[in-house]
Order: sequence, then C-alpha cells, then structure tokens
Amino acid sequence: MKNLLKELLFPLIAVIAAFVVGGILILLVGDNPITAYRLLLGSALSWPDGIGYTLFHATPLIFTGLAVLVGFRCGLFNIGAEGQLYVAAFATAWVGITFANLPAVLLVPMCCVAAILMGAFWAAIPGVLKAKFGSHEVINTIMLNFIAVALVSYFTQYHYKVPGDPILQSAPIGWGAHIARLGKFVPGLPQRIPLNLAFLLALLCCLLVYLFLWRTKWGYEIRSTGSNPSAAEYGGISIGKQIVIAMAVSGALAGMVGINDVMGYRYRYYDGFSDQYGFTGIAVALLGRNHPVGVILAALLFAVLQHGGIYVDGFSEHVTKDIVQVLQGIIILFVAAEAFFKYMSGKLRIKSPGKV
Amino acid sequence: MRDIFSVAVLLSTIRVATPLILAALGGMFSERSGVINIALEGKMLAGAFTAAAVTYAADEKLHMGSASPWIGLLAAIAAGVFIAAIYAVACIRFKADQVVSGAAINILMFGLPGLLSGAFFLSSGSTPQIPKEHLIPWTPIVIAFGAVLLSWYVMYRTPFGLRLRSVGEKPEAADAAGVSVNHIRYSGVLIAGVLAGIGGAYLSIGQSSLYSRNMTAGRGFIALAALIFGKWKPVQTMLACLLFGFTEAVSYVLPGLVKLPSGNDIPVQFIQMVPYVLTIVVLAGFIGSSRPPKALGIPYQKEK
Repeated sequence: MKNLLKELLFPLIAVIAAFVVGGILILLVGDNPITAYRLLLGSALSWPDGIGYTLFHATPLIFTGLAVLVGFRCGLFNIGAEGQLYVAAFATAWVGITFANLPAVLLVPMCCVAAILMGAFWAAIPGVLKAKFGSHEVINTIMLNFIAVALVSYFTQYHYKVPGDPILQSAPIGWGAHIARLGKFVPGLPQRIPLNLAFLLALLCCLLVYLFLWRTKWGYEIRSTGSNPSAAEYGGISIGKQIVIAMAVSGALAGMVGINDVMGYRYRYYDGFSDQYGFTGIAVALLGRNHPVGVILAALLFAVLQHGGIYVDGFSEHVTKDIVQVLQGIIILFVAAEAFFKYMSGKLRIKSPGKV
Repeated sequence: MRDIFSVAVLLSTIRVATPLILAALGGMFSERSGVINIALEGKMLAGAFTAAAVTYAADEKLHMGSASPWIGLLAAIAAGVFIAAIYAVACIRFKADQVVSGAAINILMFGLPGLLSGAFFLSSGSTPQIPKEHLIPWTPIVIAFGAVLLSWYVMYRTPFGLRLRSVGEKPEAADAAGVSVNHIRYSGVLIAGVLAGIGGAYLSIGQSSLYSRNMTAGRGFIALAALIFGKWKPVQTMLACLLFGFTEAVSYVLPGLVKLPSGNDIPVQFIQMVPYVLTIVVLAGFIGSSRPPKALGIPYQKEK
C-alpha cells in the first residue's frame, strides 16, 4: 500500500507542477487560469456527453499507452505508434471493404485480426532492424511514421476513395464490420456518442498486458532484457528475439486504435484521423509509470483534457485548445526530469531545519 | 528529363534544403557532443513562430521598417536557444532521458505557438501577413551555406571541435584530460538551438510571409534523417540535405512530367518517402555504414 502511494505521488506532483506552469502561461495570455481550468477539467464530468466522450477519447490513448509501455519494459522506445496505428487502421478498413458482404460473425474478427497483425508487422520492422543491424529503433520508428502516413494516403487517394469524394477517406466498410456503440447497452447513453466496444477491449488489453508481462515466461524474458540486457543474455535469453517480440506486441496494441476508429466510430478509413494518439501514448505510459493501471489513469486524464480543450476553445477569450498540448509537453518534461524534483525537495529540506 | 534538371528545380532545391541544412548542422553539434536531438522539430517551430510574430510586431507596432526582419531573426535565435536551454538543463543537469525530453519539447512546441498566436493575434494558430519588402528571402540561404564551411572549420580545425568530438566518443577520456564534459555538451545543444532557430525563421520570414500552424511539417525530422545520412559530418550532411531538397523540389514539377509505363503520374507520396527510406537503409548499413557517436544518448556521470 505504501508502495502504491509512492508510485502515485510522483506523477501527481508532475501533473500539479505542469498545471502551475500552464496556469502562469494562461495568465500571460490574459485569461483567468481558474476559469480556464474549470472549463478544461469540469466539462468531462457531465452525463452522458462529458463522460461518454471522455471514455471515447481515452480508448485510443489506452492502446497507445500500452504499446509504449511494452516497448519501455523491453528497453525500447517505440515512438512509432502513430505510424503503426495508421497502417493498422487502413488494413482494418481494407478488410472491411474487400469482404463487405460477409456476416458480422466472420467480418468483425477478420477486421480485428487485420488491425492487430498490420500493427505488429509495422512495428516488427524496426525490431528486426535493431536485432539484426543494431540500428536505433527511435530513428527507424520516426522514419516509419512518415512512410506509413505517405503509404496509406497513397492507397486511400488512388485506390480506395469513392470517385468524386472531396474528402481524403476510403469507401465505407461493410455493415458486418461495424461494432456496437455502448449506448446500445447502457441506458441513458445515446448512440450518437461514439464510445464503443473497443473501450472494453482496451480495458481487457490492460489485463492481458499485465498477465503477459508479469505472469508469463515471455514477459519475464522481455522485462529481463529491458532491465539488464547483458545479464539476460548471460542467463540464456536471446536479446534479438525479445526485441522483435516486444516490438510486435507493442505494434499490435497500437494497431487496435484502428478497431476503435474504423469499426466503432467512422466506419471507414479517414486520412489523418489520429489526433497525435501515438505521441500522447508516450505521455500516457510515462505518467502511468509503465504500469497498465497507471496507463488507464493517465489515459483518462489526457482524455479529460482533450475533451475539455474543445470547451476552452469555445468559451474562453484568449486561451485555445493548444493549452492541452502545452500541458502534455510540460508533464512529460517533468516526469522525464525526475531528478529535478529530488533536487528541489533536497533544497527545501535544507531550508527548513528541524524537519526530516 | 531535361525539365527535372532545370534552373527552377535547382533554385527550389536550394530553398528547400536551406532550413534542413541549418537544423541538421545544429543537430550535428548536439549529437557529436553526445546529446540526441529529436527536438529539432520543436526548435524550428519556436524559431518560425517567434520570427514571424516579432517581425510583424516590429513592423506594425514599432514601425521599424526594414530593420524588423532582422529583429525577428534575432528573436528566433533567442527562442531556439531558450528551448534548447530547457532541453539542455533537463538532459545534462538532471540527466533526463534524452529521447523522452526531446519528444516532450516537440509536443510542447506543437501547442505553444497556437496558444500564443490565439492570445496575441486572435487567430487560430497563425500570425498576420508581413509585407513582402520586410522579408529576408536570401540571407538565411547565405547563412546556411556559410555555416557548413564554418562548422567544418570549427569541428576539425579548432580545439573546441576536438573537445566536442571527444566528449561524444569517450567522455571519460575527455574528462580525464581536463575537458568539462557538461560545458561542451551545453555548448553543443545551445548551438543546435541557434541554428535550428534560424532554420525555422527562414520558413516563416524567408520562404513565406507568416507563421502557419505546424509549418515545419516534419522538416526537423528530415533534418535528423539528413544528419544520419550524412554520417554526422558537415559536408556530407549538407549534401544529404541537398539530395532530400532535390527529391522534394522534383515532387513539385514531377506530376505531368514523368509518366509510369501505365500512363499515370508517379504518386507524389512515393517521392515524399525517399528521404525516410534512404535513412533506414543507411542506418542498417546496407549502403556504407553510418555510425553514431559512441556516447550518444548516455548522460555523463562524473566518477567520484
């Protein structure tokens, strides 16, 4: 219990510190921070819209947060979730369009498998490159993000668009590939809110990732590779294999964003649909202390901010929804520079003698 | 084929390559000292926004006339250095993970210009137009190519360059020889701020006449790619930037010019991918090998 509190304390300090810095910025641009923060955080609490949309926004962030987490646990920085989720979403739509006439019993699992496999494949590329040639996964995943975006935009524009459609989006997927919105099961939640079954899948993935990393041999080997590669190798673990497996699992998780967006929300592939989900996933994993439960909490926080951002845009005089990105950047910076807080608390301790 | 190697494409190549060269050279100073720089994108955004905002303010509000873009350029350098300083303190003083902090800087700078322009110009993410006579379309190009020569000289012919390279390769040895590892790394990261700031300024007050939302559009990452493709060396990095600039310039004129055997245009997306694919290939060692500085990304812990 004490351990849990300790784990929660530091991210909490980082978030509060980021809100203080953000508040100063809001003051500088000429608004009242308290009013702005009330809009930003308060709008998520209303039922059904606030809560429904917040959970909807949290869904992709849980997936990408888990993706980054699995990478981190193996000592890898998957900065490429953005590219992985794009190719995966396109693959989902491709299956949904190509086999549009199949019944849901077949088409839903096929589309899901397409998302998972395509994400895993795209992430395995930098995994193999690192395992075989030692080239840095950070650079390769960044490069593959750009390649992914160009590739899916090409396929959408040249092959899968409805002729004459002015928007860069694919043709609609078949009815059999739609998954239900939660409004169908939850009384009082209207079906216009796009929160769908993918949210439950995201929660299930948190459990599965926990079991995979902490309760299976594969997970143990991945974590050993991450915490001490040379010891792991000495203990007979093949580092290269772990890197490829971890990247593939990471990409599969990122790929599931495609299920949420294509099968549960837009029912087609929409070019540029991701609102930086892959990059926010980095913030989610770090703030969540690379633990599945932490990922859920951090994803909820960023989803609240994302939803509140729209209200800030509409109802405050100067502050725009860009404040969300600014807060996110500052939070990551504070989480990364953990030593900064240790330094600060050390200083404070010296200044107030008598307290230990 | 002749139209691809025309004067228009050459000029356009130079224009596209200029911000890349500036940012990539900046990245070189940072990375050769051992600090990864995936935050070039963020620094360029800072430079681009500040240059446009300050030039506009100096021109419109303070009536400084033709001096205003120069003030804008100086402000862009200051902004680049400011962002670089935050990054440097986090990575060097507090030993934060360099990739994580770099990603944080990029995310922060995605949002900050929008927030500030919303407040000061009541627009959603762009600055007002600057009159054409108060732009500097040529100076940054001269600075960029001048910086290549200067960087080569500094890197290989001065004591500072020697120290910078040694700190990036073997910080323990440099430390033992009396070089302050942290001072050199601070200098490397701050130089990156200066150059990336100028690179960003060129985008807003050189190539165009305002700052628009996310106007770097990934150029900081192409610069990073060019740096790797150029094997962390000044002249090769410049050549890589020119090559990547050329691919982009060609993509402007290509539609309608070269046809596939099927009679269709070559899709522009495939030309856009070239720099990224080449970088992956080079990094894997398929064409020559590109080896990063040995101590890249590792915070230096002085032995006690």
